[in-house]
Amino acid sequence: MLANQIGYYSLILGFLFSFLLCGISIKDFNRSGNQISQNILSISFLQLVFVIVSFFSLVLSFINSDFSNETVFNNSHTTKPLFYKISGTWGNHEGSLLLWLLVLTLFIFLFLIKSREQPKKYRILTLLFQQVIIIGFFLFVLMTSNPFNYLFPIPTEGLGLNPILQDPALAIHPPILYLGYVGTSIIFSSSLAAVTQNYVSKEWGRHIKKWVLVSWVFLTIGIMLGSIWAYYELGWGGFWFWDPVENISLMPWLTLTALLHCIIVLERRAVLTSWVVILSITTFTLSMCGTFLVRSGILNSVHTFANDPTRGIFILIFLFILIFLSLGVFFLFHKEDNKSKNNFFWLSRETSILINNWFMMYFLSVVLIGTVYPIFLDIISSEKISVGTPFYVKLIVPFLIPLLLFMSLGPRLKWIKSKIENKNSLIITFMISVMLSFFIIKNLTTDLLFYTALVSAAFFLFFTTVKELFIKKFNNAAQSVAHFGFSLLILSILFNSILSSEIITNIKIGEKYIYSKGEIFFKKTEERKESNFNSIIGYFEIKDENEKTVELKPEIRIYNQPVIITSEADIKTTLLEDKFLVMNFVKGDEYFNIRYQVKPFMIWIWISVLLLSFGGLMSLFKKYEK
Amino acid sequence: MKNNFSLLIIITFLIFCFVIFYKGLNNSNTYAPKVKNIKSIPVFDAKDFNSSAYLNSQKIFGEDTFYIVNIWASWCVPCRKEHPLLMKLSKNQSIRLIGLNYRDNFDNAKKFINEFGNPYSQILIDNDGTLSVEFGAYGVPESFIIDKNKKILKKIIGPINEEIVEEIKLLIK
Repeated sequence: MLANQIGYYSLILGFLFSFLLCGISIKDFNRSGNQISQNILSISFLQLVFVIVSFFSLVLSFINSDFSNETVFNNSHTTKPLFYKISGTWGNHEGSLLLWLLVLTLFIFLFLIKSREQPKKYRILTLLFQQVIIIGFFLFVLMTSNPFNYLFPIPTEGLGLNPILQDPALAIHPPILYLGYVGTSIIFSSSLAAVTQNYVSKEWGRHIKKWVLVSWVFLTIGIMLGSIWAYYELGWGGFWFWDPVENISLMPWLTLTALLHCIIVLERRAVLTSWVVILSITTFTLSMCGTFLVRSGILNSVHTFANDPTRGIFILIFLFILIFLSLGVFFLFHKEDNKSKNNFFWLSRETSILINNWFMMYFLSVVLIGTVYPIFLDIISSEKISVGTPFYVKLIVPFLIPLLLFMSLGPRLKWIKSKIENKNSLIITFMISVMLSFFIIKNLTTDLLFYTALVSAAFFLFFTTVKELFIKKFNNAAQSVAHFGFSLLILSILFNSILSSEIITNIKIGEKYIYSKGEIFFKKTEERKESNFNSIIGYFEIKDENEKTVELKPEIRIYNQPVIITSEADIKTTLLEDKFLVMNFVKGDEYFNIRYQVKPFMIWIWISVLLLSFGGLMSLFKKYEK
Repeated sequence: MKNNFSLLIIITFLIFCFVIFYKGLNNSNTYAPKVKNIKSIPVFDAKDFNSSAYLNSQKIFGEDTFYIVNIWASWCVPCRKEHPLLMKLSKNQSIRLIGLNYRDNFDNAKKFINEFGNPYSQILIDNDGTLSVEFGAYGVPESFIIDKNKKILKKIIGPINEEIVEEIKLLIK
């Protein structure tokens, strides 16, 4: 009750502070001196505090199950474990927007603290651009999605959180992903500020690179967590489905990856400025665009919380205001690079990074078209189509081959002008990769040529990065680790998709099911009583080709209040493969239905993504050599 | 000069996008295309939700009555919205509802049915979505109305609403 009031009013106070901040900043802009006024810092801090208070009031309402709050009533229940009560705060539209605001205000405050050596006017302009975004979100929250709506009479029980959202990976997925998404807002504001001040330079590149890395690392991990959740909880039998919402998180990741590489060129050679600015703008626009597509209900998916057209229209208009604002700034202020500097020698680090950019842009356009084209077609011709996995696989996978090859060669080149060194060792590595993949693939699949090419390219990158790590004595370790992670990711995905297998059958206690590669033995069941459910645990012994036995214990739970039957899968993860077993009742029968899946290298997909982001982290904490 | 031109093109394109998205927002999520060539239902084998046995389409659509094939999934939010209407429809004696469980987790689907009730006389599992494609489906939820000659009379894309329920009642009279 009280928390509700406090949350609401501190939200409004935070909103008013935005205007105060803008006013003071504009006044401070023309004042002499190299440091921004202390007032700006304090007010920015106060704004952050108000948003934090507001956010934690909502958390508190969730913890106390205060059903006079509409958001809590819609998304919580008294019997939920504390952990899911708290995570329920951002498991809904209103709360997640409050989290957006929290991260927005947090990041601009951190930016102000961390940019003391930067020019004053640039810092103030960044703050102003960021406040435009913050004001937009405040208005959005207060006008269309107030998390503190009051309910009277107070309901005694809430509607509960969707059971598929009650998962540890999903509980931390939104905050991490938001740190990545919203981090791009800082890049957006500061690149606009840098353009107006004609400050897109080596120094700026060095300073903004940290923010790009932070966003990139969080975005990478955030996407991975979502994927883990889809694998364990949704049980669609994989980790990536080219669902519109997944695509939406992938698009800013692609532009951010391109941006990251451009920034590396910028901080060395002060070229590619247009690329950097345009990519910064696009990355944030794509994050916003994602919010729009997901929240407006234009797309149907797991993430569509509510279909409220007013919300959609608000974000749409806001999105286009930001796009036009940034376009205006770009065309009015941006100065082209010096032409002579932009002529790259064909064999140089710069050229290879430019090639990387074009690959990213290609992947981006494939994903963008696949996601948005159905909407356009529907409006223009009322024709409905859906774009599925084959479209993306056909268009993206073949292009991974050249990308992987360029990724192995590019980082070995020197800046400005280079020649390929150690040609012989490269050729030998390449031959080894081709032979290795040929022998692996030969026994596995029909499309020998294509898969051999793909796997060899991935192995080539794998070996070159490993070699670099050891020979170069961790000279450019961040890059090597990240690229190594990427090669590992591609390899695990490939082998996972080629080697996965599944068995679905009905079986009764004491029975043995024998299939081509082993046997499943249903030993016994055991009943157990817990306070809120009874469970039946099945004991299965699974023997594989090598006569190795694993015991899996899937569970069927019968909850008592309300009566819901759930099945808990048992997953045994080893370094080489995941074994997944789930069982169900068969109506009016002594048989149980079981589904047994073997998914090789599942864990390596997560490990390689972690390595990829670890590469980003290493780069973030790297001391500047000079 | 060249710069202004490209700016103009970009702005025109953006305005175009805006209009499309704006119209998209106001578009209803439900839509019934005209069935140009009246199609028969496809012939297929599908796995039964409860017994896991494989059933032939002739057996599934064996009775001399109207059928509604409803494609649903536990993760699909609009499906939750249309479910009470399906429950209502299932009380109608001259119609059989066949559920097609689209790319779903079996346990979640079971939870869904336990929680909201089962309007279907039969549920079929469509794990990889191929069955839905054979019906000519675009997504979830979607419903097909099938007459006594096993022809697809009407196809409804998106969740059904009260109006459509009335329409269906008219059709089967």
